[in-house]
Amino acid sequence: MSVKVRIPSQLRTLTGGEGMIEMDSGTVGAIIMELENLNPGIAERMLDNGELRRFINVYVNGEDIRFDSGLDTEVPDGAEVSIVPAVAGG
Amino acid sequence: MAKTAENLKCRECGRTYPLEALFVCDFCFGPLEVAYDYDKIRRRATKERISHGPPSLWRYADFLPVENKPEVDLQAGFTPLIKADRLAAELGLKKVWVKNDTANPTHSFKDRVVSVALQRALELGFDVVACASTGNLANSVAAHAAASGTEAFVFVPANLEIQKIIATAIYGVNVVKVRGNYDDVNRLCTEIASEKEWAFVNVNVRPYYAEGSKTLAYETAEQLGWRAPDKVVVPVASGSLLTKIHKGFGELGEVGLIRKKAPVVCGAQAEGCGPVAAAFKEGLEHVKPVKPDTIAKSLAIGNPADGIYALEVARKTGGVIESVTEQEIVDGIKLLAETTGIFTETAGGVTTAVLAKLAAAGKIYPDEEVVAFITGDGLKTLDAVADTVTTFEIDPVFSQFEEQVLENVIKS
Repeated sequence: MSVKVRIPSQLRTLTGGEGMIEMDSGTVGAIIMELENLNPGIAERMLDNGELRRFINVYVNGEDIRFDSGLDTEVPDGAEVSIVPAVAGG
Repeated sequence: MAKTAENLKCRECGRTYPLEALFVCDFCFGPLEVAYDYDKIRRRATKERISHGPPSLWRYADFLPVENKPEVDLQAGFTPLIKADRLAAELGLKKVWVKNDTANPTHSFKDRVVSVALQRALELGFDVVACASTGNLANSVAAHAAASGTEAFVFVPANLEIQKIIATAIYGVNVVKVRGNYDDVNRLCTEIASEKEWAFVNVNVRPYYAEGSKTLAYETAEQLGWRAPDKVVVPVASGSLLTKIHKGFGELGEVGLIRKKAPVVCGAQAEGCGPVAAAFKEGLEHVKPVKPDTIAKSLAIGNPADGIYALEVARKTGGVIESVTEQEIVDGIKLLAETTGIFTETAGGVTTAVLAKLAAAGKIYPDEEVVAFITGDGLKTLDAVADTVTTFEIDPVFSQFEEQVLENVIKS
C-alpha cells in the first residue's frame, strides 16, 4: 500500500524534477530513508544529526509531525506527506 | 537609481544567491535575507536627500531591495509618530511615543511590506501576486494589486473577521477562504508556490517583502530627529517585523545617520498564541509550535517563521517577549483609544497591554523613552470590543437628556 510524498521545489534537483513520489507506508523517518535510497543526498538536506532540520516542516495529512511523534509518526496507507520549508508567512 | 542590494544570503549557513524569487537556502532551508553594500548606502542616503524624498516609505528607497521606485503606488508609510503623554502618565512613564501605522492606505503596516514585495515581484517579471494572510496582508495585497492592475490570489483562514474579508474582496481579487487556521493556509500556499509561477509575497518573495518593515525604524528615527529611542515594543506574529525593526535601527547606525546604539527590543504576544513569549520565558533556543486560540487573529501564527530570530534580538538587546490575556488585550485597545485617540485592532491591544505590563513590572523605567508600534486599525476587529462600549439612547426630549445623560456622564 502506498502514500504520496509531496516534494518542495528546493529538493527537486535531487528527484529529477519530480514533485510527487509514491512510496510504501511506514514512519516518517522510514519514508525519509527510503527517499534517500531513491534520491541520494535528500536525507542530508532534511536531517541534521538524525533530527528534522529546524527550517523544514513535515505534515501528514496536513498535521505537523511535531504535534505528533516527530520522525516516529506513522503514515497510514493513502496518506499524503508534505515536506515544506518552514520559513514562510507572517 | 543605484541598486544597493547585493545578493540574498542564508542567515544560517551564509551561502549566497542572486536577487531572484528565492526564500530559503537550497542546502539547509535557512531563511534568505537581502545583503547590501552599506558603503554605497552611506554615500547616497544623506539626511538631506531623505528629507527631500516623498512622504512615504520610498524616501528610504536606498535601503530597500528594489531597482526603482514604483511609478504608481499607494504611498504607504511615513505615518505619524505621536507623543502619547496621557498614555505615559497612565502607565507611570514620562516619554511614550506611538507609531501610528493604522494611518496606512489599507490601515496596517502590511502596506509597507507589500509595497516593496510587489515592486520587486514586477521587476522580476511576475504577473500574478498572492499571499497567505491573517487579514491585514490580504487587504494590502488586494489593494496594491488593484492599483497596479496585477492579478491576485489571496488565501485566508475561513473564520477570519468579516471586515477583513470584505475589505479584501472589494478590490476585485480572488479571495480563497481556507477551512483551517493560518498555519494551514501558510502550508498550502508554500505548496502552491512550488507549483505556480506566482509571486507569493510572504513565501517566495519574502526576503524582499520583509525588508519593507525596516522603514518603521527609519521613520521613527527620522521623526525623533535622527536618533533611536531607548526601547521599542513590537507585536510578534511571525517575528519578522520585530527583527526587521531591529535591523533598520542597526542599519541607520551602520551608515552613520544615528548613533550606533540599538534600542532595547521588546516583543508582544497574546497568551492564546504566544510560542515566542513561552520560549523566552523558558529560556529555550527554539520555538515550540502551538495551536492558536486568541482574538488577536492578526498575530495568530502558531509556528512563527522568524520566532528564533525574534528571541535572539530580544535577548541580545536586553529586551523581553511578554504575553497578555484576552481581557488584557481588550483593556489595551481601550486604554490606547482613551488616552491617545488611536483606535487599534487586537494586535495593537496586545502591544499596548504588553507596554502596560512591562511598565507595571518595572521593566520599563519611568525616564526611558519608549516607542510602541501600533500596526493596525480598530475598525478591522470591531467584534473584539463591541460588547465593551456603552452609549446613551433617549427620545428627543430635554428632560431625558438631563436625567439619563447628564447624570451618567463618562469623565475622561
